[in-house]
Amino acid sequence: MKNKYMNPYIAGTLLGLVLLMAMFLSGRGLGASGGLKYCVVSIVGAVDRQHTDNSVYYGKYFEDGNKPLKNWLTVELLGLLIGGFISGAISKRLKLQVEKSPDISVTRRLVFAFLGGVFFVYGAQLARGCTSGAALSGMAVLSLAGFVTMMAIFGSAYVFAWFFRKNWI
Amino acid sequence: MGPIVTLTGLPEWVDLLFALVIGIGFGFALEQAGFSSSRKLAGMFYGYDTTVIKVFFTAAIVALVGSQLLSYFGLLDLNLVFVNEFYVKAAIIGGIIMGAGFIMGGFCPGTGLSALSIGKIDAMVFAAGGLAGAFLFAETYPYIQNLANGTYKGPVKINEALGISPGLFTLLLIVAALVMFWIAEIAEKRFARPDITDNI
Repeated sequence: MKNKYMNPYIAGTLLGLVLLMAMFLSGRGLGASGGLKYCVVSIVGAVDRQHTDNSVYYGKYFEDGNKPLKNWLTVELLGLLIGGFISGAISKRLKLQVEKSPDISVTRRLVFAFLGGVFFVYGAQLARGCTSGAALSGMAVLSLAGFVTMMAIFGSAYVFAWFFRKNWI
Repeated sequence: MGPIVTLTGLPEWVDLLFALVIGIGFGFALEQAGFSSSRKLAGMFYGYDTTVIKVFFTAAIVALVGSQLLSYFGLLDLNLVFVNEFYVKAAIIGGIIMGAGFIMGGFCPGTGLSALSIGKIDAMVFAAGGLAGAFLFAETYPYIQNLANGTYKGPVKINEALGISPGLFTLLLIVAALVMFWIAEIAEKRFARPDITDNI
């Protein structure tokens, strides 16, 4: 017997209260792709410090002896993983598995998952935020950028959904 | 009076502790909503499961109304809360690229990480792709920085752009959300796929 998910309106209210708490405590919204960026910046800096110091992109993250991992977004990302794990444990959903449509192979699912990650986070760096940081948090502060990004993400996904339908339905 | 960290000058570690607690709440809410399942998320784009729009708009409205109430009672200075800056082309093109990634991968970064935390291997691969995407962006930045930094409009608010008050815009957004929730319920019946929804 599977443990059911929370009612979407209650889960949405909970998510909204977490976002409100971020605004009230730290004066900012939620984020996910930003934390990934800081991880990458940190790794690249550890592997090839000369490359980061000479780069217009990476350079700013290491100015004044800054450590990119000691950052609000990376710590929040760590919390996200802990919170997801706690929720999965409570609702008995912890399980190593590849989730996919029975009509496609595991390889196909994983190749598309990887490509999806590449596209999503690349786009998020360009738009300065993903569904969390730009769309959701942006809408909560009435940011025009947030509403435009939200419509671009969902509009684009609806258009591309037709091309990738065999992966899902 | 908030934002607490900005106004009280608390040390950085307290802000990072807030970040950890907020992150835990964020991950918990995403997982409880069912956003740890790519097939549930993808349902939004084929109509068989519309949880995404219900959770997403409910959350945005709760935070929007809540922050305006806190501001009204003098408990939160909204001028000190970060407002996303608007780079027109970057927001639109970035959003289009993200939408393509969403339907290919079945996750967005936050939902992917919540799925990773409960053991979804496809989400781990998605996150690896995400790291690769951030790396690719950093390395290609010199070629796209004009696009990334051009058409800058500042932290524009949507109600200002429309020439209406924040309260009126919020009311219109709530009405629009209720209409969308109603359409979502119809879509779930029209495009029902019990073979999928019974297994996610």
